[in-house]
Amino acid sequence: MNNFDYSRASDVADAIRLLTADPGAKLIAGGTNLIDLMKENVERPSRLIDISRLPLRAIEETAGGGLRIGALVPNSDLAYHPFIEQRYPLLASAILAGASAQLRNMASVGGNLMQRTRCAYFYDTTTPCSKRSPGTGCSAMDGLNRNHAILGTSQFCIATNPSDMSVALAALGALVHIAGPSGQRSIALTDFHRLPGDKPHLDTNLGSGEIITAIELPPQTFVRNYSYLKIRDRLSYAFALVSVAAALELEGNAISEARLALGGVAHKPWRSLEAEAALRGKAATPDHFGHAADLLLQGATAGSHNGFKIELARRAIVRTLMQAASATPQSQAHKKIA
Amino acid sequence: MADTTIPEPIPINLVVNGERRALEIVPWTTLLDALRDRLELTGTKKGCDHGQCGACTVLVDGRRVNSCLTLAVMKDGAEITTIEGLARDGTLHPLQQAFIDHDAFQCGYCTPGQICSAAGLLAEGRARDADEIRELMSGNLCRCGAYPNIVAAIEQAMSRS
Repeated sequence: MNNFDYSRASDVADAIRLLTADPGAKLIAGGTNLIDLMKENVERPSRLIDISRLPLRAIEETAGGGLRIGALVPNSDLAYHPFIEQRYPLLASAILAGASAQLRNMASVGGNLMQRTRCAYFYDTTTPCSKRSPGTGCSAMDGLNRNHAILGTSQFCIATNPSDMSVALAALGALVHIAGPSGQRSIALTDFHRLPGDKPHLDTNLGSGEIITAIELPPQTFVRNYSYLKIRDRLSYAFALVSVAAALELEGNAISEARLALGGVAHKPWRSLEAEAALRGKAATPDHFGHAADLLLQGATAGSHNGFKIELARRAIVRTLMQAASATPQSQAHKKIA
Repeated sequence: MADTTIPEPIPINLVVNGERRALEIVPWTTLLDALRDRLELTGTKKGCDHGQCGACTVLVDGRRVNSCLTLAVMKDGAEITTIEGLARDGTLHPLQQAFIDHDAFQCGYCTPGQICSAAGLLAEGRARDADEIRELMSGNLCRCGAYPNIVAAIEQAMSRS
């Protein structure tokens, strides 16, 4: 880990001021990803700005019937909060599918959104990586890419976003509230993360000097017909090969509303409004779910080792939608897949 | 800043196992290194040093965390409980006794982290059966593979708490 200066921000404005004053500075909250990356010399900040004591830990109901979640709420506190357990069980399930109990106790909601890919070449400073060192190329392209992206890739990067929480937030239509040097703004979670394009070093659309202050969930909760299914190489504490967040509103067996997002397959949570629209008004059957899966996976491309993920994703989508339709969501503790 | 510049050490206070400890540390000191190298509490183990094995698990303000991914300077004022602080007046913590009763270790290197993590698990009150114990203890690896006995030990402590 490199030497760095340390500042404790006194409020959000102070954090923005400190961040703007030092282009090499980074914010730190839980630190679970940043400190790891610093130990690998992937991140070498000139200064860490400690925001962990800022008053961004509230979970409040909004006037519109939704929920506003402070950026510093620890992942575990969010997953176990009664509002989340009772009103947004899809989000609780996705959070509990990720990391370990210790890391969930440490990691903040804002930090979860800011976590970086776990691509082994991104971590290995002896190899070319355009995400780590712009313009050097992608070692995964012709390397060990078994767990790399199948959707939204570019010739410069095939890394995936590792978050489970973000997949559920994408499906639920969450908003990200941001404060920065020029004031406050909000963007949809699905517009927060970027595709790699020719700038894979940019994971998100957060501007310089900006800080996430909160996440907002809209009123629609999907309390009954939902499931988060995460397929991985071991049953717990591993990143997804493919994960699926599915939520339905049913009238009898007819779908009136559908939400579908994938994790582990792209540089951002993968959601397709077209796939969701194709489900509305249809019966909740495996055939219709398969058609939606095909639409969601349109344009999927296989690298040298990850072609299996396309069929795995298709089957996982159908399975997760069946779990949602039958109101038998995947348990994150009892591993048998219903 | 150039890597050769050393900022002034920062004074912090930690309450470690009930005792107030004043330290002056450089900001890149992890809580794990502060405990082991500065406070000579070597019960907490450094395994992977990357948050993947759980050997460094301690309780910070009652919550289990990976001390290898925690900067000590950020925990100024916090209460830290390590494996050395679990026994009371010469009596082992129920989890320590349960680990002995169930022979829940072989080499013992992961054990302090396992026990501190299990103490956090019991305080959280979220595990009700063996499957849930396994899932919520997945952040603690045991390369000797003592998992069945670890789960049995935690079940014993849970039933008596």
